[in-house]
Amino acid sequence: MNMSFMEFMQHLANGVSLGSLYALIAIGYTMVYGILRLINFAHGDIFMLGAYLTYYAIVFTSMPWYIAFIMAAVITGLIGFLLEKIAYKPLRDAQRITVLISAIGASFFLQNFATVVFGGRPKAFPIPSILNKIINIGGVSINLVTFIIPVITIALLIGLTYIINKTKTGMAMRALSKDYDTARLMGIDVNKIISITFFIGSFLAAVGGIMWGTKYPQLMPLMGSMPGIKCFIAAVIGGIGNIAGAVLGGFILGLGEIMLVAFLPGLTGYRDAFAFVLLIIILLAKPTGLLGEKTTEKV
Amino acid sequence: MTEDRLKVEDRKVLDKNTLILIGILLVLAIIVNYFANDHIRTIANLCGIYVILGLSMQLINGFTGLFSLGHAGFMAIGAYTVAILTISPENKAMNFFLEPIVPFLADVQLSFLPALIMGGIIAAIFGFLIGAPVLRLTDDYLAIATLGFAEIIRVVFTNTQSLTNGALGLKAIPKYSSILWSWIIAFLTILFMVFLTEGSYGKAFKSIKEDEIAARSMGINLFKHKVMSFTFSSFLAGIGGGLMAVHLGTIDPNMFRIALTFNIILIMVLGGIGNINGTVISAIVVTAAMEILRFLDSSINLGFIRLPGIPGMRMVIFAIILMLVVILRKDRLMEEN
Repeated sequence: MNMSFMEFMQHLANGVSLGSLYALIAIGYTMVYGILRLINFAHGDIFMLGAYLTYYAIVFTSMPWYIAFIMAAVITGLIGFLLEKIAYKPLRDAQRITVLISAIGASFFLQNFATVVFGGRPKAFPIPSILNKIINIGGVSINLVTFIIPVITIALLIGLTYIINKTKTGMAMRALSKDYDTARLMGIDVNKIISITFFIGSFLAAVGGIMWGTKYPQLMPLMGSMPGIKCFIAAVIGGIGNIAGAVLGGFILGLGEIMLVAFLPGLTGYRDAFAFVLLIIILLAKPTGLLGEKTTEKV
Repeated sequence: MTEDRLKVEDRKVLDKNTLILIGILLVLAIIVNYFANDHIRTIANLCGIYVILGLSMQLINGFTGLFSLGHAGFMAIGAYTVAILTISPENKAMNFFLEPIVPFLADVQLSFLPALIMGGIIAAIFGFLIGAPVLRLTDDYLAIATLGFAEIIRVVFTNTQSLTNGALGLKAIPKYSSILWSWIIAFLTILFMVFLTEGSYGKAFKSIKEDEIAARSMGINLFKHKVMSFTFSSFLAGIGGGLMAVHLGTIDPNMFRIALTFNIILIMVLGGIGNINGTVISAIVVTAAMEILRFLDSSINLGFIRLPGIPGMRMVIFAIILMLVVILRKDRLMEEN
């Protein structure tokens, strides 16, 4: 338990960094769930695609890294848009369990498709050297990426908050998540809004994937599976359907994981179980999550 | 609609189709067991195991309407229980070279059937312990919580070096597996499912699936029946996992990922959710197809040209099949027999 202040700050920085990655991915889950009441199981695999597309853009073309990053994120956003059109839109009126099975199928498809196309062997993410510097802030030396990740996350969050609160599209999104049927009757173009939601969610997941790649530079076709499930858990912990909740849940999870390993090194192997234990405790204590609204049972 | 419902009520417990199906499979199992080559016997054996697993998935998801994704976890419990109880003490010493096994299990060796039953019972106990708190949740929350438990079980098994040998897994599990074992248990499972679902418990399960609130107002104890269904389902998953362990001879925690649960969901969906006969057939078809399509993953030699195999192609095709079935049959996904 002997941890110096500097070490603690180091862990804190890592925790905040991981937490902001989780938050970015969790937003995609929560936005989709808010509107469609669907766990988009394929979201974690979209995250994986974002990282791989960046890898290919940097390794096989001569474009500068920042353009590669943006292009990969936009293309991943479009893949998310296509995913919804193919796997979820035909099932708009079907039972929820049917859509859920379709989501699981889509996730499984993307994972195996990635194994076929990208190969099963891990690939090393090409980190731009400018991002891979160790900087020293008041005696705490951290990787520049660790510092940049929360900054980008906050910038994106401000943009997202603006879209959701100030634009017509955002208003339509809020209306749909409040009451799907009424919103549709009011003339909101449901398909368009859902497409935009998937694009935004997948775009953010791709940004998460790219930053994940710069921090943990090893790409594998199954890399999205565990972070994907954890980020859904983050969204549930914060109260699903609520964007602030997703961010809160992401930070709780990221900080919790890093601190668990830092303070109780004996439990390092159980790191992946932490999220699930936390999920079950929260669900049993407060089933709608920390910031979730209480719903009443309608007969 | 009403008339259909009445017909269902009038039906005898074991309808003709189920009997015919069991008869045909019995004959096939005997023929394969005595006349087929080893490769086909292995596949037939695996088919029997997947019939059990498919039905266990149907019990909780298809009949009770609780979307549980915890199957891989319960299978892991069953598989590890059977493995630890049947591996001989000498082989245990060899397996656990990093850290010795906990003393009270070091010298235990049971014969197959008691070990398998223990595997089922321990899975059922965990099912009960997990189900009791988690089944208060509904729909997606239940799905993610059960998935979470399956992952926790996997993580725990990876870390308990002196109990499960951690990530190294267990080797030299005696190969008790045979077509007779798997299929006798599969037939028992089919009969169990038919009698259970046609009996009063099964009616209660189905009413919970149709409408929880209506079921509750008819005096059905929701919680009791949900936990019961979950426990039975875990028991069967444990048995299936145990059979899998003696079939493969080696197990490790990474086998029991969500992909395994996915295979069973595929069987359930293809068979028709809530359809016993359909599940039996789809378990056989899917398992056989998984084996037959293995050629997609390895290279094919056509004599003059050699087509390179693409690892993973098989699973891509299965994922596409699942998606197509779900999208094309969206309204008829849930069917009565």
